Amino acid sequence: MKAIRRGLSSGLVQAFLVLIGLVWLTPLAGLFMSSLRTSEDSASSGWWTAFTSPGQLSFDNYAALLKNAGITQAFWNTVLISVPATTLVVVLAALAGYAFAWLDFPGREAVFLLVVALLVVPVQIGLLPVAKLFGELGLFGTIPGVVLFHVAYGLPFAVFLLRNYFAEMPKEMLEAARMDGGSEWRIFTRLVLPVGRPAIASLAIFQFLWVWNDMLVALLFADPSSQPLTVELQSQIRQFGSNIDVLAPGAFVSLVVPLVVFFAFQRHFVQGVMAGSVK
Amino acid sequence: MTATLVKETSPPGTGLVERARRSRRRARIVALLFVFPALLLLGALVVYPVLFSIGRSFFDASGTRFVGGDNYTEMFRDPATLKAIRNTAIWVVVAPALLTGLGLILAVLVEKVRWATAFKLLLFMPMAVSFLAAGIIFRLAYDEDPHKGVLNAAVVGVHDAFKGTSQYPTARARTGFGLAKEGDGSYRTDAGVQPGGSVSLGLVGVAPKDLPEGARPAYPAAQRKAAADEVRGVVYLDFTPGGGGVQGKVDRRESGLPEMRVEAVRDGRTVADATTAADGSFRFTGLEPGSYTVKLPASNFAQPYQGVSWLGPALVTPAIIGAYVWIWTGFAMVLIGAGLSTLPRDALEAARMDGANEWQIFRRITVPLLAPVLTVVFVTLLINVMKVFDLVYIIAPGDVQEDATVLATQMWLVSFGGGNNQGLGSALGVLLLLLVVPAMVFNVRRFRGSQR
Repeated sequence: MKAIRRGLSSGLVQAFLVLIGLVWLTPLAGLFMSSLRTSEDSASSGWWTAFTSPGQLSFDNYAALLKNAGITQAFWNTVLISVPATTLVVVLAALAGYAFAWLDFPGREAVFLLVVALLVVPVQIGLLPVAKLFGELGLFGTIPGVVLFHVAYGLPFAVFLLRNYFAEMPKEMLEAARMDGGSEWRIFTRLVLPVGRPAIASLAIFQFLWVWNDMLVALLFADPSSQPLTVELQSQIRQFGSNIDVLAPGAFVSLVVPLVVFFAFQRHFVQGVMAGSVK
Repeated sequence: MTATLVKETSPPGTGLVERARRSRRRARIVALLFVFPALLLLGALVVYPVLFSIGRSFFDASGTRFVGGDNYTEMFRDPATLKAIRNTAIWVVVAPALLTGLGLILAVLVEKVRWATAFKLLLFMPMAVSFLAAGIIFRLAYDEDPHKGVLNAAVVGVHDAFKGTSQYPTARARTGFGLAKEGDGSYRTDAGVQPGGSVSLGLVGVAPKDLPEGARPAYPAAQRKAAADEVRGVVYLDFTPGGGGVQGKVDRRESGLPEMRVEAVRDGRTVADATTAADGSFRFTGLEPGSYTVKLPASNFAQPYQGVSWLGPALVTPAIIGAYVWIWTGFAMVLIGAGLSTLPRDALEAARMDGANEWQIFRRITVPLLAPVLTVVFVTLLINVMKVFDLVYIIAPGDVQEDATVLATQMWLVSFGGGNNQGLGSALGVLLLLLVVPAMVFNVRRFRGSQR
């Protein structure tokens, strides 16, 4: 009797979770199916009708996307923004994180507490003043400007994460290396960076996704020639419906890269997002 | 002698101190070189802007006149910003609690199935998707037309499965041909009919191509005689294809209207009902003698159910919160799941041995032990929800943008999107900052605590 009840309840649990899983999958499936249909089809019927008439589906939209200069330019801009913004954050935060963890300088504790306080500062508060500053420096509307903004707002979390990770290293290890006469630079590159690899990987993935997926910062700081995919697509959203043959495949392309990163580096990804969620 | 001794011994001594001091100074310079690039960027692009914004929020739109706290009072007077504050409050109250609850339930349930990892992966996946892409995804899903938006297609499907669809939303009766329209949209015969009699109910307004498949001519049925205790009749389309025919009479080529609900009413009470056959015929049997009226209930003519206006002014905020839940549930579930795996197995086993049921274990043991993790998830989501921007900006269509607006989008609109009031914009930015100050203090305290 008890076994039957347990079997029944586990069946219910399974059914419930399958239902939830389907609900979660449907929006993504809808986007993908929509990206394979003509805008006429999308205007007259739902994407699920393609299950019964698969003749609607073709990769023509993607082929057209490849020829769409605005979209391809925006895709490269996204890469040109995301890669340097990630690299710079990792390098600068690793340097600073090591110093905060193991080097002695005046005001170390106080400055680090300030960094901790900056963790939750909303990006919004920086938009206006930095726009003015970049305007004076000639960085407004350029890729380096977008990159610098992302780096600055990525740093508090990055420094926090790496400082805490580096601080866990055994003291003896560093002292032994110093006794051997290694310079701080040598210790940093030969010892600290390799030991810190897991944290650095999580950080890099988190930062990459953050920048790749950003719209707000680029919306303000990028001009039409330097804008990433998110901004290019949002500028077309006003005519939503008529241009679904561009929006749907465009959105799908923009999310394929993060999804690949997600499935390739699941563990680091989850850890990075978990650690970075304080942002 | 002693002097020379001192003289001789002192150089190495001071040299050592000197060298130690010099190497310490060198170490400090190296350390500063390590932190300098990061601190420069933080100072110029984060700390300075915070101070600038605070200062700027006390000046007017153009930045020339000091207005004190006017921007802050304006914030609570201006209907648009007030709406933003209200919507942000809705987000803050609903989203974190909903997500933490959902995450907790799913984290507990997923432990009971073998494919837990796959499920977690699937639910976590939206975290990789940009808000822009998620916005486009949900603009598609929330489309109001049930033929295009998957959500309304589902809602309409469920609705019609329970309440049925009406076949003839456009059908109507010509006036003066025996059928009168009632206030509720139903039709009723003008004259009474006795058992043994029959009626022909002619309707128009149905295009021949909209007739249900299998509808047959009504003429043969209209000729049949009713028995003494029954009322017979046909409901037919009073329109002869190709012209000809007589209005108000069942002609040979006129079609019956199948699947029409018909009721026999006596003294205001429905005493019998029937559904028309393929040729539009119906009959009520076993009737007591008396005068009846025949009624076509309004449900025959109801407009088709069109689903819910998700992105209309009333529901737009809950709809966007729905999209947010899609993105963040996996996060809450995985984090809570990690906490769950650290729970002491013995405590749970002991409770089971004592005969506690699953609900009691969940309520009395799991939840209290998980409280710290739940707090972290809740607070994290709280901070995130306050800053939500992209989703609102993308999902809310242009004309309901002002109904959906939150602090972050309002700050954007006021400062850059046409409002061009950077004083008020800065004040909104500062308000956003003030809202996360408790989190800031919490972080600093926790960090200092962990260092002792």
